[in-house]
Amino acid sequence: MEQKLLTKHIPGMDPMNVQAYLDVEGYQSFLKALKTRPLDIIGDIEQSKLRGRGGAAFPVHMKMMSMAKQKETTRYIICNADEGEPGNFKDRYLMENNPHQLLEGMLIAAYATRANKGYIYIRGEFDTPIKIMQEAIKQAKAHGMLGTNIQGSGFDFDLEIRSGAGSYVCGEEFALIESIEGKSGRTRVKPPFPTDVGLFGKPTLINNVETFSNLPWILSMGGETFASIGTESSTGTKLVSVSGNVKHPGVYEVPFGVPIRDVIDTLGGGTQNAQKIGMVQLSGASGPIIPEYMLDLTIDFDRFEDFDSKTGAGAIIVMDDQKDMFDILKRISDFFDHESCGKCTPCREGNVHMSKLLNKFLQSDATEKDLMNLESLSRVMHQTSLCGLGQSAPTAVLSTLKYFRDTYFDRIEHPQEGGRA
Amino acid sequence: MLESILTKYPKDQDMLIEILLDVQNQKTDQYLSEAEIEQIASYLSLPTAHVSSAVSFYTFFSTQPRGKHVIQVCKDVPCYLNDSDNLVDTIQKQLGIGMHETTEDGMFTLEPTSCLGICDGAPAMRIGEHTYTKLNKDRVTALLAEYRGKR
Amino acid sequence: MPTITINNQKIEAKEGQTILEVAKDHHIDIPTLCHFPDLDVQSDCRICMSEIVGQKKLAPSCSTPVKEGMEIKTNSQRVYNARKTITELLLSNHDTNCTACERNMNCELQTLADTLGIDENRFDNILEHEPIDDNNPSITRNADRCIKCGRCIEVCKNVQGIHVLDYMNRSHDTKVAPAHGKFLNDQVCTYCGQCANVCPVASITEKSDLEKVTHAIHDETKHVIVQTAPATRVSLGETLGMDSGSIVTGQMVAALRRVGFDKVFDTDFTADLTIMEEGHELLSRVKEGGKLPMITSCCPGWVNYAEQKNPDMLDHLSTAKSPQQMFGALAKTYYAEKENIDPNNVYVVSIMPCTAKKFEASREEMQVHKETADVDAVLTTRELGKMIKRAGVNFKNIGEESYDAPFGITSGAGAIFGATGGVMEAALRTVSEVVNEKPLEKLDFEDVRGMEGIKEASVTLGENTFKVAVAHTLSNAQKVLDDIKAGVSPYAFIEVMACPGGCIGGGGQPYTTTNAKRQERIDAIYNVDTAMKLRKSHENPAVNTLYEEYLSEPLSKRAHDLLHTHYKRR
Repeated sequence: MEQKLLTKHIPGMDPMNVQAYLDVEGYQSFLKALKTRPLDIIGDIEQSKLRGRGGAAFPVHMKMMSMAKQKETTRYIICNADEGEPGNFKDRYLMENNPHQLLEGMLIAAYATRANKGYIYIRGEFDTPIKIMQEAIKQAKAHGMLGTNIQGSGFDFDLEIRSGAGSYVCGEEFALIESIEGKSGRTRVKPPFPTDVGLFGKPTLINNVETFSNLPWILSMGGETFASIGTESSTGTKLVSVSGNVKHPGVYEVPFGVPIRDVIDTLGGGTQNAQKIGMVQLSGASGPIIPEYMLDLTIDFDRFEDFDSKTGAGAIIVMDDQKDMFDILKRISDFFDHESCGKCTPCREGNVHMSKLLNKFLQSDATEKDLMNLESLSRVMHQTSLCGLGQSAPTAVLSTLKYFRDTYFDRIEHPQEGGRA
Repeated sequence: MLESILTKYPKDQDMLIEILLDVQNQKTDQYLSEAEIEQIASYLSLPTAHVSSAVSFYTFFSTQPRGKHVIQVCKDVPCYLNDSDNLVDTIQKQLGIGMHETTEDGMFTLEPTSCLGICDGAPAMRIGEHTYTKLNKDRVTALLAEYRGKR
Repeated sequence: MPTITINNQKIEAKEGQTILEVAKDHHIDIPTLCHFPDLDVQSDCRICMSEIVGQKKLAPSCSTPVKEGMEIKTNSQRVYNARKTITELLLSNHDTNCTACERNMNCELQTLADTLGIDENRFDNILEHEPIDDNNPSITRNADRCIKCGRCIEVCKNVQGIHVLDYMNRSHDTKVAPAHGKFLNDQVCTYCGQCANVCPVASITEKSDLEKVTHAIHDETKHVIVQTAPATRVSLGETLGMDSGSIVTGQMVAALRRVGFDKVFDTDFTADLTIMEEGHELLSRVKEGGKLPMITSCCPGWVNYAEQKNPDMLDHLSTAKSPQQMFGALAKTYYAEKENIDPNNVYVVSIMPCTAKKFEASREEMQVHKETADVDAVLTTRELGKMIKRAGVNFKNIGEESYDAPFGITSGAGAIFGATGGVMEAALRTVSEVVNEKPLEKLDFEDVRGMEGIKEASVTLGENTFKVAVAHTLSNAQKVLDDIKAGVSPYAFIEVMACPGGCIGGGGQPYTTTNAKRQERIDAIYNVDTAMKLRKSHENPAVNTLYEEYLSEPLSKRAHDLLHTHYKRR
């Protein structure tokens, strides 16, 4: 079931030694890129139909084209390594185990969009990835893959690491940019978008760790071949973070189109202690919670879009049937309440009321009016928040209102009896 | 001491977060004082309100003194599903402090943290710049002893 | 020219317009809250959301550009539910004790709730009380009322360039505060009050001196006199239901008498006096090689800014006091003596468009007699409006009355102090005629008028031509100062006003002071000037009498003692 591209070379590879990467044809795609016209590189990526792996699933070539069209010559590339979505740890895995793959991907993107400076924004809690990436950059430079006139191509590229300081919202593109600029992580009004006015007011391409890590593979096998992996709408592989009540939590690389159930049972080893699955949350804390009978759903961006959820970071959090749904929902709501930047009203003021309402259900103190208010509040937050955080904070609640509605009524009518999914 | 840290950095405003992290990390009591905030603002030619805003925004920064070792226990769902509540309980009992409190000898402060991005190792916690996974009562006891032993 | 539909109405929009702009052009009202005409779009209140057919989420009208073929609904059920919910959320973290609030009946949040018909709040009130910041004489901050619209931060940061206020913390703990979450008086706040002007609710307001003044008026031992700033006569009407730019001088005087002031005087008088002192000070610096460029000092927000942010430039400032303070000093000396009243019983109140004037009145340099301040209390234009209402004075129908003598005889030059460029123009009228010893052909110096940030003009005095400049807003003031520091400033004399538009745009002016209203008030002030027979400060007979009887001549020792001051690094 697994298909290893990005994770292919990881077993046994020393992340602290660039030679280990060079030995497996590392940087060959970049060297090939240096001899290719930038627009052709973007064309290849368009053929691959690669979509962003950070959650928004935006077609990568479109962002790159938007950058390439800019008249402004100062441009930036940013790698979003602020992986803060609960349940996700694939970017940590990639940085800790194959740092040069990421660097090569960034170099390809930089060359294709003529950006000469890049930043990797790594969340502050990722102490080990920060150290590993710092060493990787040093070694890449020493091996002539970074700096001025790289490999005699005339292309300059300089890369810097910037650290987060404990803020999930800085994984949102403009909050991230604000953070690099030395400010609080409050997002900006869009439009304009980062490829028009981004870091320091210049055109900026921002992509996820896994997204960039795919680029060397696309160039090496060709976009068309890459597009033959996965599904029509979601090409290539997905690194899936499996966690929760499973025997074998971990990062697994599968082609798109694999059923969620198979990942949980075969790769994840099924539930710990042979309990029944109660609920599964997809994508992370900002994703939908689905019941066991829906687990034949395949891992595919368009299937996730059906939940009106922009998050496709590919996490699977398994919860056994002993867990109280409201306990979980409140914990998720508390997370967003803690992480909200506070700029817009629906998110700043809405999350705390979501938590309060969920607490009423948790305490068996809820009425039908509370249910109505919870639903109304969730919809308004989803429809009116300024950024993805506020828009997707209510996704878990909205999905349970759809798939576990009875559980709400049970808790209202039979305090303390309902709630087991 | 602050001066010597500041001069390592160019006077560019986008260096703010890096500087704040560096200054705080090198202090035994792991916090930023008002005077330090003002000095950093002055070094970068930034209004103090700007720096103050950033310090109060990011959870890494504290404006109150903390313990030498800040213990951050993950409070989110994947760790919760793997008994992180018990982990918190264990630490609280062993150290005799509650959340956001510091031990009397100034060695440890206990804080909750959002997901640490290492959910396959749940339950997880971070002490200073090290992350520890697959924790249980025994491991926690051993770790706390190890840290107590450090100067 | 994109063609769009709003509420089933086909509309030709202009390229690059937002939904809100198109709606406004076509008389479709979309409620807003954080939006303010002269500030950058924040798009954070989320009240102005509209429905775009085909899009799953709602769109903020203030920041969504229209595209060809867009079908927009500004009042669908989905939109209404969203606005209602968001308003309830705001109210759930707000002090809703409206009748106890300064902005009751004049509050943008109240108006919004009323427009939407919010009759119940589905969400519990979760307000956590914060201590009030009121330990400075000018501005009160009440965090319990803040709705985090961000306007105050925008104006302090981007218009004034000071950035005293910012968001602290995050999520529902977010609050707007100075550094360290503490008090304005710990920071480089100039008390210009622009933050108070743009606040949609009563989170930032002027510190109220109404009680104090009312008490004095009712105290029979006090002789309570009032002076009115130039800007008030073209602004006060707005607090009492009249159009912006209405000239209400006569009614204002009458109302002040009804309210109980013993004498009603005009700050325009001491504005003329300021021109005499400052004009001669400029001429003496030019002749004797004194510090140039000389910069005006009648704006206390600017003086606070200079003292705190540019203390090395203090000797450029004119030593002349402001008209408000010259009045206070004379009231407690010349006037008290003339009227044979114990200066301790003379209670001086000034009506100002300004919040910083409250701070200025409290300065220890502004005490001719040690036991009493020269100006005992300052009321903003807004506070006077309230006072008039409370006293049951029917402002619209009151007749016009004239100021009392001797401090009621004034010139148009004194009146134009209220507009940016007005002090400069008044000074140029006097120094030109004094040096050139012949009347000016044209009294109007158009070059220094208007809302442009930095204006310049030149004046010929004898054989020399001097360049002069006028700056308004503190960010423009800093630009001018930076040029002086770099040695590239070509000016001999500079007028600086902290507030956009000058005093008519001050921190104590009627809500809502937009740049459009500023322009209307400016136009009115120049109309006041042209309608007057007396338009030059040095021709004011009452000013000349004052010199003859008391001060002898500009820059005399007595003039220095009473009418000049000094500044200090803070």
